[in-house]
Amino acid sequence: MATLSVSRAPLGGFSFENCKRNAVLEADSAKLGSSVPAARKTGTTICGIVFKDGIVLGADTRATEGMIVADKNCSKIHYISPNIYCCGAGTAADTEMTTQIISSNLELHGLSTGRLPRVATANRMLKQMLFRYQGYIGAALVLGGVDCMGPHLYSIYPHGSTDKLPYVTMGSGSLAAMAVFEDRYKPDMELEEAKRLVRDAIAGGIFNDLGSGSNIDLCVITKGNVDYIRPHDEANKKGVRVNELETLCQTGDYKYKKGTTGVLTKVITPLNLDTVGEHVQTMDTS
Amino acid sequence: MISAQSFGENGKMKDYHHTGPVEYRFSPYTFNGGTVLAVAGEDFAIVASDTRLSEGYSIHSRDSPKCYKLTDTTVIGCSGFHGDCLTLTKIIDARLKVLYFLVKCTWLHMYKHSNNKMMTSGAIAAMLSTILYGRRFFPYYVYNIIGGLDEHGKGAVYSFDPVGSYQRDTYKAGGSASAMLQPLLDNQIGFKNMTGVEHVPLSKDKAVQLVKDVFISAAERDVYTGDALQICLITKEGVKEEMVTLRRD
Repeated sequence: MATLSVSRAPLGGFSFENCKRNAVLEADSAKLGSSVPAARKTGTTICGIVFKDGIVLGADTRATEGMIVADKNCSKIHYISPNIYCCGAGTAADTEMTTQIISSNLELHGLSTGRLPRVATANRMLKQMLFRYQGYIGAALVLGGVDCMGPHLYSIYPHGSTDKLPYVTMGSGSLAAMAVFEDRYKPDMELEEAKRLVRDAIAGGIFNDLGSGSNIDLCVITKGNVDYIRPHDEANKKGVRVNELETLCQTGDYKYKKGTTGVLTKVITPLNLDTVGEHVQTMDTS
Repeated sequence: MISAQSFGENGKMKDYHHTGPVEYRFSPYTFNGGTVLAVAGEDFAIVASDTRLSEGYSIHSRDSPKCYKLTDTTVIGCSGFHGDCLTLTKIIDARLKVLYFLVKCTWLHMYKHSNNKMMTSGAIAAMLSTILYGRRFFPYYVYNIIGGLDEHGKGAVYSFDPVGSYQRDTYKAGGSASAMLQPLLDNQIGFKNMTGVEHVPLSKDKAVQLVKDVFISAAERDVYTGDALQICLITKEGVKEEMVTLRRD
């Protein structure tokens, strides 16, 4: 008699089946002295402001794994729609996937309505998703864009609360960046002044927060135009003396000569093959 | 906001009561970051450290060097908990002064005393080991590396663990980026994992250049290392200091 097995369709959301097993494993590995691998966080500085003609978003480019730099030049300003961009802080995978999911849903929504999506729609979709996961998705976002109602800027927290404000900062360097904003922000700034302010706020995070670093990316969104400037400012170069007249790299030469890696054994197996026939299939690159 | 935590076991709401101040396990230690490195050459020694002092995600100071000069031929690099670094170096200084005083007193009774009035690096290393082990059950949270010249004028490096175990090395890295620097030193100075390469003894200039490059790389990947690099070059002429800027982010 054949055994009847019903395959369950994968349920949406998180499955907590492995939690008990993980707790046991964590206790066991603690006894042995090793630790459970941690999710990679971005340890970031992100910020955004509303200026006269639209929005300026800014972000640093360092991704950390614990206290080691995993990526020196990662991109933290994510595309949501042609007129909306989102900066992400927190767990790198969460910010990446969340923004991609909402971007995809917004595109379908836009095709259905026949209109350019509004920032408030993206905000509502993001907060409803994050609240549904009760904070387990560690994504802290700065959402900004320009739609038919004007420029809008939101900050979205991992548990699903949002704030609509003229200037926001998120991430481990948010205090340093907010200090700069609180000093110099004024409503209805010009473009260059706004870019300079965002650049200085991110620089405050980069130099005063250990979780942020490397370069500064900017994204300027105005009605009908987006300027994604990556990098806007390479604030730190490797091995170059700052404030020196000659900007020559001073590193030594570390090239290895051929034969430095010792080869212990070498086995060569000749493959004697004959061409029987030839068929070309062009790739569909439309 | 009604959350699940406010409900007790049988479904009734728990009485909300104020808990007093809660102390979550006070720790006498904190980690202030920093990387130290020492290299011994034929007739010289180099002790280098970065100058960043940090705690958590913040920077306390960009100009806090971790190399301390003990004598004209010995420099010690300390990284770890800054409070213990300061106290430990004060204690070593005090012990050395006491010893010089005693030597000066006894010298008057001796007919002939040796030329070197200073303690040798090896002797200082042995003394530090006993100081550290004296606090075996409440250790100094410090990773020490001593660099200097031994009694024959050759370069010497002594590396320690927090409770006083030590050994003499040719090169050693300690502190937060030590795991990144040590393999590079093993390859470039110890010629490990390389075949068919001539084992050239390290010259002073090459060693200083190597130390600079190695710290530039460490500053790229370790958030606790950066700001500036202090290099102390020890030769029979004395101790010469040099500062190099590193990444400040």
